[in-house]
Amino acid sequence: MPSKPGQSQELTTAHELISKEASNVKTRNVVFFVAFKLISVLKIGYLLIVVVNLHLILYKTHAMGLIASFGKYLLFIADVFRKPERRSVMYKLVVKEVYELGFKSVLFVVFVSLFVGAVVTLQTAANMEGSWMPRYLIGYATRDAILLEFSPTIISLLLAGKIGSNIASSLGTMRVTEQIDALEVMGVNPVTYLVRPKIFALMFFNPLLICMSMFGGVIGGWISGTLSGECTSAEFISGIQYDFVPFKAVYAIIKTILFAFIIASVSSFHGFFTKGGALEVGRSSTRAVVFSSVFIIVSNYILTQLLLN
Amino acid sequence: MIEIKNIVKAFATKEVLKEVSFTFEQGKTNLVIGQSGSGKTVLLKCLLGLHEPESGFINFDGLDIVGKSNKNLKGLRKQIGMVFQGGALFDSMNVEQNVLYPLQMFSKLSKEEMLQRVNFCLKRVNLENVNHLFPSEISGGMKKRVAIARAIVLNPKYLFCDEPNSGLDPYTATLIDNLLQEITHEYGMTTVINTHDMNSVMEIGEKILFIKEGRNVWEGTKADIITSENQHLQGFVFSSELFKTIKRKS
Ligand SMILES: Nc1ncnc2c1ncn2[C@@H]1O[C@H](COP(=O)(O)OP(=O)(O)O)[C@@H](O)[C@H]1O
Ligand SMILES: [Mg+2]
Repeated sequence: MPSKPGQSQELTTAHELISKEASNVKTRNVVFFVAFKLISVLKIGYLLIVVVNLHLILYKTHAMGLIASFGKYLLFIADVFRKPERRSVMYKLVVKEVYELGFKSVLFVVFVSLFVGAVVTLQTAANMEGSWMPRYLIGYATRDAILLEFSPTIISLLLAGKIGSNIASSLGTMRVTEQIDALEVMGVNPVTYLVRPKIFALMFFNPLLICMSMFGGVIGGWISGTLSGECTSAEFISGIQYDFVPFKAVYAIIKTILFAFIIASVSSFHGFFTKGGALEVGRSSTRAVVFSSVFIIVSNYILTQLLLN
Repeated sequence: MIEIKNIVKAFATKEVLKEVSFTFEQGKTNLVIGQSGSGKTVLLKCLLGLHEPESGFINFDGLDIVGKSNKNLKGLRKQIGMVFQGGALFDSMNVEQNVLYPLQMFSKLSKEEMLQRVNFCLKRVNLENVNHLFPSEISGGMKKRVAIARAIVLNPKYLFCDEPNSGLDPYTATLIDNLLQEITHEYGMTTVINTHDMNSVMEIGEKILFIKEGRNVWEGTKADIITSENQHLQGFVFSSELFKTIKRKS
């Protein structure tokens, strides 16, 4: 712990001695290990589902087809960033999507975060049982686990399921009922007017959602920590302020924006190019969720390497 | 007037349209008839520029469209109204917003003028007091009529309809047919209607193109149908007992 200027020797209490002890690398590793263990279990479970699904899809797709699809995806994205003709219409559409996709996810995200935050705290506390580590580390570990991984990554994965399937099925339905053709015939670029607002809305609103999730998680942890008597409210609160590095929050937001782009663009891509009928709409929706989850997990790994090291 | 010449359209190796040529005339209801799967929708989508034909040309009153990019077709698109098979109304918008949409995107009218125009078009297709209902809340026949209202709201020169009365009861179907014919005459539009409904053919077949397996097999008017000796056409038109009886009597 960096000592604050102006702090005098007299203030050195037994409590602070323990803090110094705790900042020793070995201790931190233990705390992190405990907190991230839970997150890892969640992630591995999710990844398993994803891999099984992906396998089923790849089974039917040739490697060449996959490369061609990726090319098609890039062209699709290029279309998204083409300038729209009617800006006023575009603004309204973005607002509508923020409401449809973002606002309607707030309760879900906060609910999940409260409970996961609570569980992370209880797990951390249980693993620290009987050790010499100070109790405020419970708050500290909860905060970092929520801030670094749970909120940006796990919540984005959940949103890939909720929002991704919504986007893919609504665009897929519009495709198979010829609503997209109708736009094209009118001379309206369907990518600009259907997909662009979704991507912009998510890239704007998901960071806010993730912030709510961070608060929700920490509050959940605080509630469960104090209710269970594992730590006092004061201990938890000093823990969540302990050694706070603002860059970590920035890192979480950067990740979130990238994940939001992945969810919106990948799901739109799969919905937009649906062929056939109702059955295929369901399939597109599954693919949307699977592919956005895989992209999120892989890019999470790459980004973490780039930003944190 | 729309002229098409030797249109060939294939999907992968499957040739769907084989050298189709025809002239769709202005101020008339031009019908494209044929069995299900004969290529009517594909032909219509070629005319609309949604499909690119492999060869041949399509000419809208002097404007060639084959090989033109979406950007170059923008001007033409504003003169085209299209009624899709299922209506293709936007689910997320109510009736009024659906009809208003093309105006919002392309016209410079004031808000009141736009609403006036929307109500005029809805009235023209005999729909009133449904402005605030959503597509899921109205019947199939009403959906088709809203789709027609949306198609004519920008005063198009060309009107395309893909099976405008499929799935409707005979009474409503005739109503829609007559409506399309009236509108066509009233505004001097070039109207192209896909159908496999013989009632429509006899009702509004001012100019008819019969395609079979992607080939232009016969063309003429509804009066010519009865007297035609074309075997394919006979097989198609007089497949029902009712029409067989009518033919025998005439
Ligand atoms: N996008 C497409 N890809 C491949 N084949 C198609 C496509 N669209 C239509 N077809 C085929 O073209 C043929 C004609 O279809 P269509 O024009 O829809 O018939 P209809 O006369 O009933 O409207 C059908 O055999 C259909 O399978
Ligand atoms: Mg058809």
